[in-house]
Amino acid sequence: MRNLWRFISNYNAFFLFLIFEIASLVIYIKNNSYPRAEFINSANNVAGGFYEKVNGLYAYLSLKDVNDSLARENAHLRNLLKTSYYVDTVTRQKVSDTVYNQQYEYIVARVINNSVNKTNNYLTINKGSKQGIATGMGVICSKGIVGKVIFVSDHFALVQSLLHKDSQFSAMLASTKEIGSIAWGEDMDPHKAVLKEVSNNAQPKLGEWVVTSGYSLFPEGIPIGKISSLRIKGGGYSLNMGVALSVDFSKLEYVNVVYNKFAKEQDALEARQKKDE
Amino acid sequence: MSKSILINLLRFVVLVFIQVFLLKNVSLYNLSTPYLYILFILLLPFDIPNWLLFPIAFITGLTIDAFYDTPGLHAAASVVLAFVRILFIGITVQKDGFDNEPEPTLSNMGLRWFFTYILTLTLVHHFFVFSMESFNLAGIQYTIGRFLLSSAFTIILILISGLIFFRRKERK
Repeated sequence: MRNLWRFISNYNAFFLFLIFEIASLVIYIKNNSYPRAEFINSANNVAGGFYEKVNGLYAYLSLKDVNDSLARENAHLRNLLKTSYYVDTVTRQKVSDTVYNQQYEYIVARVINNSVNKTNNYLTINKGSKQGIATGMGVICSKGIVGKVIFVSDHFALVQSLLHKDSQFSAMLASTKEIGSIAWGEDMDPHKAVLKEVSNNAQPKLGEWVVTSGYSLFPEGIPIGKISSLRIKGGGYSLNMGVALSVDFSKLEYVNVVYNKFAKEQDALEARQKKDE
Repeated sequence: MSKSILINLLRFVVLVFIQVFLLKNVSLYNLSTPYLYILFILLLPFDIPNWLLFPIAFITGLTIDAFYDTPGLHAAASVVLAFVRILFIGITVQKDGFDNEPEPTLSNMGLRWFFTYILTLTLVHHFFVFSMESFNLAGIQYTIGRFLLSSAFTIILILISGLIFFRRKERK
């Protein structure tokens, strides 16, 4: 007992310190809701931090299972998507063109594959021979011409885009009806095309519309683009001019396939003429 | 002895008065807030017994707390200050010198000792106050900045007051 007393009195500063320090801290923490909340909070922070670390470790171990389940769920959800169903219904719009006494039918199709940055660009549409699409049909969209069908399967068709070295369609100036032919420009800009072989008499203006002539796969008057530059690489007997395409090929979504009812007849007739030559 | 009590009582009143009515309103950019009242605890006589020193420090802190609306904060800091004061004096001052120099003032102890004394004790006290006040590690840079700038401010004020009283004693 005496030893204890001596011990306490020897270190009285420390014990007094403890007593008063604890007293003050009790007062402080009791009277301040903020440190009290913080005590609990920081305790939680520590515990929470540990839990998070351990959890992160466990997460690695179960990655494989998680991946599997996610992949399965993805497949399941993909099956439910509308796009995974093949649309059987075909909408055909009939247009009576009384002036030329021709009848065109339009088949709506969705673009499911597309490219714009190659030398020869193609796009795939989700309608094929079963929906009445045949090789050689023209393809347009709401803003202008797109290209022509070159291969057909039962449910799909491959379209040679206007952005193709071999694509060339008959076109004309909207105001003067001067005939030329539209082709992709040399510089492979998906927004630019060239209107070639316009007669020298034509007097094109900048910003003038270039439309289809009705001599090729498309009905007359389908827009192609506006003249953006005059007389590029003038070629002797004819005028060449730059055309800013109205269709943004990189954003194609829905297209109309043009079914020309008299195409066969016309082809047969022209084939006979060729045979004669 | 009674003269010492009177001087310390007066010092207590004056320092608390200055702290509460003047320095409480002084704040440099909300960063530097001096706590000059610790000077009272620093200047208590050498021979004050521990059982008296701790209650005095505790009560001083509580008085400041009453005005600062932080019950317990300055009391705790002052008790820490008292403990460090005992340790510091126990290490640096010989017991037989108590008769000649009753109080650890600048004029009694010289600049070198006095500066070390107030530097150590002010840093400890202010560190305790500001860390307890913010009570988390989120704004640690801000807390440390406040702690250092306030300590500098307090130390400058203590040195100035020491110099003022130093001169007056020389004149006597």
